[in-house]
Amino acid sequence: MRHTITLLVENKFGVLSRISGLFSGRGYNIESLSVGEEIDPKYSQMTIVTTGDDLIIEQITKQLNKLVDVIKVTDVTEFEHVEREMIIIKVTPKPEKKSEVLNLAGIFRGRVVDSSENTYTIEVTGDEKKIEAFIGLMKPMGIKDLVRTGKVAILREGYKK
Amino acid sequence: MKLTGSEILIECLKREGVKHIFGYPGGVVLNIFDMLYEDKDLKLILTRHEQGAVHAADGYARATGKPGVVLVTSGPGATNTVTGIATASMDSVPLVVITGQVPTMLIGNDAFQEADIVGITRPCTKHNYLVKDVKDLAEVIKEAFHIASTGRPGPVLIDLPKDVTVGKTDFIWPEKVGLEGYKPKYEGNKWMINQAAHLIEKARKPVIVAGGGVIISGAYKELKELAEHTQIPVTTTLMGIGCFPETNKLSLGMPGMHGTYYANKAIQESDLLIALGMRFDDRVTSKTDSFAPNASIIHVDIDPTSIRKNVRVDIPIVGDVKRVLTDLNKALKTEIKGQWGAVRKAWLKQIDEWKKERPLTYTKSDTTIKPQYVVEKIYELTKGDAIITTEVGQNQMWAAQFFKYDVPRTFLSSGGLGTMGFGFPAAIGAQLAFPDKLVIDVAGDGSIQMNIQELATAVLNKLPVKVVILNNGFLGMVRQWQELFYGERYSYSHLDIVPDFVKLAESYGAAGLRATKPSEVEDVLKEGLFKIKKTVFMDFKVDWKEKVYPMVPAGAPIDHMLFEEDEAKEEKKKKLKVVK
Repeated sequence: MRHTITLLVENKFGVLSRISGLFSGRGYNIESLSVGEEIDPKYSQMTIVTTGDDLIIEQITKQLNKLVDVIKVTDVTEFEHVEREMIIIKVTPKPEKKSEVLNLAGIFRGRVVDSSENTYTIEVTGDEKKIEAFIGLMKPMGIKDLVRTGKVAILREGYKK
Repeated sequence: MKLTGSEILIECLKREGVKHIFGYPGGVVLNIFDMLYEDKDLKLILTRHEQGAVHAADGYARATGKPGVVLVTSGPGATNTVTGIATASMDSVPLVVITGQVPTMLIGNDAFQEADIVGITRPCTKHNYLVKDVKDLAEVIKEAFHIASTGRPGPVLIDLPKDVTVGKTDFIWPEKVGLEGYKPKYEGNKWMINQAAHLIEKARKPVIVAGGGVIISGAYKELKELAEHTQIPVTTTLMGIGCFPETNKLSLGMPGMHGTYYANKAIQESDLLIALGMRFDDRVTSKTDSFAPNASIIHVDIDPTSIRKNVRVDIPIVGDVKRVLTDLNKALKTEIKGQWGAVRKAWLKQIDEWKKERPLTYTKSDTTIKPQYVVEKIYELTKGDAIITTEVGQNQMWAAQFFKYDVPRTFLSSGGLGTMGFGFPAAIGAQLAFPDKLVIDVAGDGSIQMNIQELATAVLNKLPVKVVILNNGFLGMVRQWQELFYGERYSYSHLDIVPDFVKLAESYGAAGLRATKPSEVEDVLKEGLFKIKKTVFMDFKVDWKEKVYPMVPAGAPIDHMLFEEDEAKEEKKKKLKVVK
């Protein structure tokens, strides 16, 4: 099963390699990983999406907790949470499909962030289903390039753990 | 007052109570070594290889419980420590390893003798540091000792660039460590401990499996109290040897691949396993699906990742074994009024039968020296009062099987990593910590050659380490597997040339003795162990055909064991066929 795990870690060099090394050394999967500074620049916040059965996920969270530079590990999958990912997609629609692309971007609350004679570059944010749906709709239009941030997640407030 | 990085390092080591460092000099650590030149309180033991330095520090740490300290140079000096660090990591041994590094401005330039040792040792240290600013140094050293020696102990590496060793700053000794992400849990959950007590009350066929954690936490008294109060038999894993007296009636010896028949039998038949400070290594469990099939499992360990990693657990208790057992013993005494003796009678009788049915044994001989006989004699002559270190392979298993350990920290062996070449330098470290104790390395002729250069270290420092070489001309354990499972195809396990260990020892200024017949064994041991007061190599030419029994073939349930008697029967059958 897929799990989204958030980490509060020390903002020091080498922390990322400790975490990615733990996953590769013990044969765990990383589907996506995103890192950014916290409000206090002493810390960073990470979101890791990984897969495995319950025993493996338990080991992953315990092993992460064991790292000295890791302060807090939360498997947000078990709680009410919000998760988002952003993609930037460059499409090359045929002239007759151009307006459809713009329509679809609008439906998905995407924004055109760049355009050229033959391309639109569109930014879309959402949860996994929304992102996958948008990519699916863009495929027949001709995707030239696609980048994604990986997921970020946060617990919802007011829901008891 | 401003101090240089080197001065800060030395001052911090002294404040941590360090008396001995094991190490080897080189370019980028010269400033530190210069500080040691006239220092009377801090002695560096110069080994002849950096791997030897780490194993020696490891032996020192295992024998005393205090962190061992290593100081080496960058590049090859640092990479040579890796096997030693991994050995300590697998067996939870506290070490602080200080490696020199090229100056910060050269890091990443592929400079002379540069190696990314922090990157290389990341997976085999508990934590590691690259100190880029001399201002951080005191805090890093304080943290390193704290991390190495608390919780589940382990090696910590500090990489120290040359410019940091000369950089100056105000020396401030941090009184406390502030590590937000490192807070080992010592107290066990009270509710869980109560549940455990009730499970123990209900159990009819319980077994305690005690591991290295019992030694680390110093829970011998508590373990003995638990076992004797509730009359539960105790098996000690390779790492746990000595944490429960093997001469105690409740002792089952070692479990697992080369464990005793009765330990494995008891585990397989048990209805409750109480696992203390052990991690269900595959050499203990063999096939996990068929391990202790009828037992509920109580698992106490300070490292949460050890729990439910290899086997299912019914009562997980994260905490220090000593504190958990203190609480558990209290719960058992106040809440449960068990007639333990009566309840346990049938189970202990069954175990006694297993002990009689298949004791640890070997076939004695008047013509060739049996390796087990040598170990047995060492036990007899020392009356068990010795620190035994081992190499890895057959020598290690025989040393575990045929010497009775009653005292913790007297059996020092590379359990997890299985490092050949560990025993001799480890014995040097242990001897340094206990100059008056008898320290004996039980070695094979293969293993001893992996760090034989440390003869110089032992002789130079007047350390009377006794090395018993069970010399069979083979990499014995490899040969044993090849005989049993590879149709006697001895691919590269025969050593062909083995040095004359007597002459070799003498060439270093140590003593050398040899026994080739069983009748000579006792005299050689008496002379080597007691009469000669310096480093001794005792070369015993032993029966090369001898195998370690009992043995659980890889992947089989632990009560499916091979025994020497079965082998003898097979041989007879073969011969009968030939006669026909």
